[in-house]
This record gives sequence, structure tokens and C-alpha cells, in this order.
Amino acid sequence: MSGNRPTTLLAELTYRCPLHCPYCSNPLAMTGAEAELTTEQWMRVFSEARELGVLQLGLSGGEPLARKDLEVLADHAHRTGLYTTLVTSAVGLTRDRATALRDAGLEHIQISIQDSDPGTADRIAGMRAAHIKQEAAALVRELGFAFSINAVLHRANLDRIGEIIELAGSLGADRLELANTQYYGWAFENRRALMPTRDQVERAQAVADDAMRRYRGRMQIIYVLPDYYEAYPKPCYGGWGNNYLVITPSGQTLPCHGATHITTLRFDNVRDHSLDWIWRESAAFQAYRGDEWMKEPCRSCPRKAVDFGGCRCQAFALTGDATNTDPVCTLTPLRSVIDRALEEATGEPDYRYRYIHLESARNQSGALP
Amino acid sequence: MALTPASIPSLWRLARLNFDPVRQQHVLLYPEGAMMLNESGAAILELCDGQRSISEIAKILDERYHCDVLADVTEYLSQLEEKEYIRVG
Repeated sequence: MSGNRPTTLLAELTYRCPLHCPYCSNPLAMTGAEAELTTEQWMRVFSEARELGVLQLGLSGGEPLARKDLEVLADHAHRTGLYTTLVTSAVGLTRDRATALRDAGLEHIQISIQDSDPGTADRIAGMRAAHIKQEAAALVRELGFAFSINAVLHRANLDRIGEIIELAGSLGADRLELANTQYYGWAFENRRALMPTRDQVERAQAVADDAMRRYRGRMQIIYVLPDYYEAYPKPCYGGWGNNYLVITPSGQTLPCHGATHITTLRFDNVRDHSLDWIWRESAAFQAYRGDEWMKEPCRSCPRKAVDFGGCRCQAFALTGDATNTDPVCTLTPLRSVIDRALEEATGEPDYRYRYIHLESARNQSGALP
Repeated sequence: MALTPASIPSLWRLARLNFDPVRQQHVLLYPEGAMMLNESGAAILELCDGQRSISEIAKILDERYHCDVLADVTEYLSQLEEKEYIRVG
């Protein structure tokens, strides 16, 4: 096993969310409020995470503000010494709650925006939320939080990347994450509707490069590459079980949020085990640690020290075997599955919106609520 | 931008210098990331208060370590400025 300590924990506090974004990374089968960890269980987990070496905590979801105890959890996280980020849609971020979170020691708020155009933003969110985000951004600035904006990019908004950057700048963000969609969870389900064209990707890259130079020193811009259009896979979280962990609302502990795609693994739960044991000893965390598991072409490839063979979850989702090279890699014949997916990038998107209960998802598909 | 002995560095508003009792090591924390620091790196960053110039920081460390560190301090802070963890006025 690795002697590394994790640096980052993403705590998915709940799957409940007022938005229905079709690119959500949450799994298709989501548990409801009744299955969520309790306040005390999350507090124990945060303490154990700090003792294990975690420095960064993301309070995420779903929409973490759906948890009434969010302020209590943020306070506890701060006391343990964790640098804490709230990852939110901003729906429900009232002045009272934001002030309480600041007083609890929360340092950083990341608000998602869906588009620069309010109409299309609301269409992708499946909810009228664009105006709420503008007000919340002003509140976050006023209260002195470190402030990031995250925008997920896909075929329907990629051509407005310039306007999205300007919007983030005008809202006063310290940081902007421009994240091309990664195809996990609902995004994988909606891949055909979300996939941009190569022309779009190339134009967007030029706009992002230019903005990074213009905004330097004022707003840090992070551009997450559209990995399907890359020649080599992404170095997913520095390798499996190396520095990152995710805990789902019901306590399942994952090496990354896409890991539930790998149906051959069984992920242990913080209800049954300490976080230390899960990190060091559990079979799932050891499964693809290091490079012993690798096959060719990864095994003899010098790039294995750079990208660790790419993403295990993507390898499983697209090839059925998590020990295969991430098919994004052009050094593997498996790449053909990615090239075929790129050809799907055409036409008017028809989204399958994110709902906790699949039955209602099917009924509402394609329609604004 | 190139840093000079007259540059006045401060930590990025979003960055926090911490001592991690688990690793027994200083760390620079910022949104979505952490940079592990060695002793000399931490000693430099502790002095970046938005008041002192790089030459003043180097002078304090010269006296502490009995050697000329101005070039090393300038180089180190330039690297962090490149990553936007340091701002200069």
C-alpha cells in the first residue's frame, strides 16, 4: 500500500438539489434524505479526515444547503483546521445562512453558473436560478469569502465561454473554473446531448488562453480540458487512492466521485470502518494504487508517471475493464470508442434531467418544470 | 512579472499559511490545493505581510541564518508569484 496521506476530501452531504442539471456527476441511482449520514457521523468523519492528513474539505452534494446542519458541520470542520469550501448552486444561500457560515469559519464559496444567458442557464438547470446566483455572488463578496465560480461547459454553452468569463469577472470572482464536461453519472447518460464539436473546443481554448492572460492577478482562471479531445488521458487526482477521497451522502467512501461506475468494486462505508482503515486497508482503495495493476501499453509507457494510465472509472465505463488504459489515450486501440463518441456531437440537445427518483426523471425528460 | 528586491510581497487573499500537526510541516492552503513547505519556504512566507520588501525580508533571514539569501528569496517568491499564490505591490 501507499504511505501517502490524502490532502482532499469531497463530502457529498446530500443528493437533494433544487437544480436538475443533466451534466451532474452524481450517480443515476441516488439515495434520499433518509439514507444520509447524521450530523454526528459527518463530524466524526471530518475529525478522522484531519487526523489522516486531509487539508482541504469540499462540502458538496447535491446542494449542501439542503442540509439544515450545514453551519454546524462547517463550524466543526473549521475547528479541526480544515480549509473548507462550500460547493453550491447558491439556491438557499440567504443572508442569514451566509452570515452564519462565515461566523462558523467557512473560508471559500464556489457558486455554479450554468450560462451567461439567463434563459439558457435556466433551461440547463431545469429551474429559474440565474437571478438567484447574481444576488448570491454580491452577498458572498460583501461578506468577504474567498469566491469562486464554476461553469460546466458543453455544446449548448461553449460558444459563450467569452461571455461566461466576463460575467464571472463582473460578479467579482477571485477564481473561475471553466470545466469542460467530464462524462460521469448524469453527464455520461447525456453525453450525446452535451458533447461539443471539435471546432467549438478549439475556439473556446483560444478564448480561455487569452482571458487567462488578461485576468492574471485579478481572477485566476482554471480551464479543465475536454479530455475526449485530448491525445492523452487526464492524471485523475494524481492517481487512484493517492491524495483524494469522496464520501457519498450515505457514507460510502470512494477514491473519486466517478468510482461508482466501477461495479466490480465494493466500496466501504464510514458507518462500518474508520476513515484511516478505508484509506489504508480497504480493497477498493488498494485496487489501482501504484502501477502493479497496469497492462500494456501503460505498463512500459514512460507517461505512466505523468497520467497514471488515466481514469479507472472511464476505462471501466467505456471498455468494461478498469485495468485497461483510459481509452482517451491515443496509444491504445481502445481509443476508437472515444472517436465514435466524438462523432455523436451534433444536433439540438435533448437532455435527460437529473432527478433523484428515476421514474420522475423519465416523466420530466426534456421539459422545464 | 519580474520581482525585484524592492517588490513588496503578500499572500494571495485566498491563501492561508498553516502548520500541519499531522505532517509536522508548514503548508500553504488555497482553494482546491495545498503546497507543502520546507522550513526555509515557511520562514520566507511568514514574513510576507504586504509591508516588508523582499530586501527587508532577506535582511531578517540573513541575520537569522548568517548568510546572504537575497537571491534565493527573490527566486523563491518569483516562482510563487508565477503560480499566483503571491501578489506584489
